[in-house]
Amino acid sequence: MAAGNLLTELELISPSDFIKQKILSVQQYALLSARAIGNLFQRPLYVADTVQQADFIGWGSLPIIVLAGAASGAVLALNSASTLQRFGSLGLIAQLVSVGMVRQLGPIITGLMVAGRNASGMASELGSMMVTEQIDAMRALGTDPMKKLVTPRVVATVFMLFFLTIISDLFGLVGGAMVAVLMLGLDSHQYWTSSWQILAFQDVFTGLVQPIFYGFIIATVGCFYGMTAKGGTQGVGRATTQAVVVSSVMILVTDFFLTRVLIVLLGFR
Amino acid sequence: MATPTLPIEGFAGPQSDSAQNVIVFEDVVLAFEDKPVLDGISFSLAHGETKAIFGVAGSGKSTLLKLAMGLVRPDEGRIYVLGNDITRMREEELFELRRRIGMVFQESALFDSMTVRDNVAYRLMEEGDVSEQEIDKRVREALSFVELEHTMDKLPSELSGGMRRRVAIARAIITQPEVILYDSPTGGLDPVTSTTIIELIIKQRDVYKTSSLLVTHRLQDSFIMASHYFDKKVNKMLPLLPGAKGEVPMGFLILRDGKIIFDGDVQQLSHTRDEYIREYIS
Repeated sequence: MAAGNLLTELELISPSDFIKQKILSVQQYALLSARAIGNLFQRPLYVADTVQQADFIGWGSLPIIVLAGAASGAVLALNSASTLQRFGSLGLIAQLVSVGMVRQLGPIITGLMVAGRNASGMASELGSMMVTEQIDAMRALGTDPMKKLVTPRVVATVFMLFFLTIISDLFGLVGGAMVAVLMLGLDSHQYWTSSWQILAFQDVFTGLVQPIFYGFIIATVGCFYGMTAKGGTQGVGRATTQAVVVSSVMILVTDFFLTRVLIVLLGFR
Repeated sequence: MATPTLPIEGFAGPQSDSAQNVIVFEDVVLAFEDKPVLDGISFSLAHGETKAIFGVAGSGKSTLLKLAMGLVRPDEGRIYVLGNDITRMREEELFELRRRIGMVFQESALFDSMTVRDNVAYRLMEEGDVSEQEIDKRVREALSFVELEHTMDKLPSELSGGMRRRVAIARAIITQPEVILYDSPTGGLDPVTSTTIIELIIKQRDVYKTSSLLVTHRLQDSFIMASHYFDKKVNKMLPLLPGAKGEVPMGFLILRDGKIIFDGDVQQLSHTRDEYIREYIS
């Protein structure tokens, strides 16, 4: 009996059907993303919902971003210290932490933390609304769920991730400073001066372009899995897991291509 | 023989002129993942009429309502709602039309993060041009219709199943829609609460003359609707006098394997010779 149920659940799917399903999902995701952007230029604009989401995403994520940023900066300083010491260049630690955090680690750490916290939250919230027919009820009441639920989340995530990344960068430098000054005995003034002076326009630009893309990925992937959830509470759980996994992987893959494009466009080292 | 005047005034009956029909299905076909759900469905709902839709679980009753609301699109056929061919309308155009239609979902589908007041007021708040005082007034009116004025500030999770259904009815009627679609409004409720819900539906039908489609598993609910009318003077439903049955605007539709096997009034239903239907209603 149990084996029979298991076999029913593990229903085999032909490779062509599997590919069709995946292509359909990509198409649906592309449509959702396009509509999320298109809705920015159509009324009604749900400003209150956007502010509420910005508060939830921005203020709500602040503690983990501060901690993750500080820890990343501190670990980066700690790990590079022994190598730099070998070459007698411990003084370069501030430059290393600064460029590493601002250009790469800050945006990635922030993106992944917010993906874990908010893509899952969006998928589970919208997924629960989907399976309890609240999304259908919203449509029946004359409201476009794309405008009311998706676009505010996309706008709020893109906007707040930008500022969260700056905060993460700053606390990464603070974490690095704590290791450099308190553990390695470097001069605090020298650390901050070096970390500031080493930053070029390209570093800051690269670091601040990334969260715009990552914020968009987090919100659209989270909303997509929520809006396509089916199969009761189990389906919502599945959607939540997929949203975190897919958004995290997409952030890492996008990071590679985006970095490559920016290096070519900005022509920096 | 005196028949009550309130519910039957102006009722043209199920066979009325097509211009008076608020919903018309023409050869509607729908399949989910190659599995046919509805096959050649054709029927009409006359102005002021309530039509109860029966069928075993999975026969496509709820899907029929979602089609009428434009929430699901048919594979073939035409659906006309309030004179509009909704199969040709874009989603944006449907949002406008849906403002003239109310829907009560199977599990109420109340927004669980909003209070009862905000749930009921949702449509008015979305319209944006209604003042807070006006919203409060109309929410109180809608909630008093379902006798739940005292639940304004509660969350849906604090209400019983029957109360949630009544709030869902209040949400559906607040803008006085021309058509209401009820999806199993008494499903899973005790008999007393079910009767309360049915009385509200009869009240809506007889007092406001709202056309409606009612999906239900409970035959007794629709027989109550066919045999009772709402008396405004005493503010409760009363049984029709003997011989008056069939004169309330009430029709029946039975689905089997995605097809309509019966479409008529209570008299025709009680005199049917179809074995399946006789067994179903016995």
